Amino acid sequence: MIWIVVGIVALIAIIWIAQYNSLVKLSNWVEESWAQIGVQLKRRYDLIPNLVETVKGYAKHEQETLQRVIEARNKLFTGNASRAEQMEANDELSGMLKNIFALSESYPELKAHEGFTKLQEQLEGTENKIAAARQLYNRTVMQYNTKTQSFPSNIIASVHGFTRKEMLQTSEAEQQNVQVKF
Amino acid sequence: MLLHAQIESNKRKTWLIAGGFLVFFALVGASVGLLWFDNPVGGIVLAVIFGGIYIAIMMATGTKVVMAMNSAREIRSEDENPFLWNTVESLTIAARLPMPKIYIIEDPSPNAFAAGMSPKNAAVAVTRGLLDRLNRQEIEAVLAHEVAHIKNFDVRIATTAIALVAVISVLSDMVMRSMWYSSLGRSRNRRNSRQDNHPVMMIIALLVLVIAPLVAVLIQLALSRNREYLADASGAELCRNPMALASALRKISGIDEPVRRMAPSCAALYFADPTKKKRSRTNLFSTHPPVEERIRRLEQMM
Repeated sequence: MIWIVVGIVALIAIIWIAQYNSLVKLSNWVEESWAQIGVQLKRRYDLIPNLVETVKGYAKHEQETLQRVIEARNKLFTGNASRAEQMEANDELSGMLKNIFALSESYPELKAHEGFTKLQEQLEGTENKIAAARQLYNRTVMQYNTKTQSFPSNIIASVHGFTRKEMLQTSEAEQQNVQVKF
Repeated sequence: MLLHAQIESNKRKTWLIAGGFLVFFALVGASVGLLWFDNPVGGIVLAVIFGGIYIAIMMATGTKVVMAMNSAREIRSEDENPFLWNTVESLTIAARLPMPKIYIIEDPSPNAFAAGMSPKNAAVAVTRGLLDRLNRQEIEAVLAHEVAHIKNFDVRIATTAIALVAVISVLSDMVMRSMWYSSLGRSRNRRNSRQDNHPVMMIIALLVLVIAPLVAVLIQLALSRNREYLADASGAELCRNPMALASALRKISGIDEPVRRMAPSCAALYFADPTKKKRSRTNLFSTHPPVEERIRRLEQMM
């Protein structure tokens, strides 16, 4: 009899530990994927001044647009902006960069400038990487949230204070999500 | 989750086929032992040692060897091909994988493949034709398919399979040659008693060795076909663009030029059949499932 009780207790302990560990893992994954977004945001942040410098020389009449790009760029890392706010600033910046690249159409010399095309490629690259990191972040948060809500891991989650995390708002590119089925 | 279920079933099937492969490998070893020194167990030990060393070498140098076999050249910095580099990096971020090495094969036939024993030392190779003939979305989709192979550990399975096939062919070849020479020797020296030992077993062992290279290749191909649908599905999910993947498949299968710089043993690694042999439907010798069926499944995802 006593052994049955011991067995059940041991079983519960094992399940408890396993569930706790997988919650920790998912929670770390969420933070890790946020860090990944941060890396790419920083890269973008560093590339913008180069872009502005390059464009300045060719497109003299676009000072205002450039000024706004700088402002949007500075908003990326202001004080303690929340994740949602940082993403909002990022989307604003993406829109402006699109304008700059569209604007280059009317400045053939700028368009032909080797440094500019390289910067354009790099900035588009970081934009895609941010989108990819965001996709990963949301997918991970979803996994984590599912874990905190489903039985029996929800009990362990509430005892150890694993609370629900917010997903990031998806930008347009990410809304065309695909449905995977066979 | 349907994709999840698909992944699970695929993993089970892979283990089954891989298990069959190992049993077959042991059988080949036993036959070698029987024919060479009358000791099947010794043969298995020999084959395992041989295979173990080969796989260890592949583990250490596999990626490089496979890339060299396909005359692929590594690009080491973003500047050499920013678009390719950035696309691979985005995809690996989304898949939570380390950045693989990137190679280009100077061949006009569009295709791509992935190699490496683990995501940590994986590599992706694309042909020049892929970069030149496909549009950006299509290239991204093909790369997503390759990154999915890395994520699903298909690459490790495929590379191990190539190693086992190679070991089996070498063993079978060595025994065949030694049999040939020793039979010449025996005709001069007829007192050799070895040939009297269990003739039926000898014949079976000989048969196993004759068909071994072929069977090994068939098992390798079954493994690889099995993984293609899965890489299509998870690749489409990664790049969120099944349409581009379908259109890349259509374009690549519409081009009849084979990849000339390819090593034949690596055909199964490629995105789409690089040999461009016309086949009406899947058979035992296909390296890939039929393109039409892959496209049909992708269209269902849209």
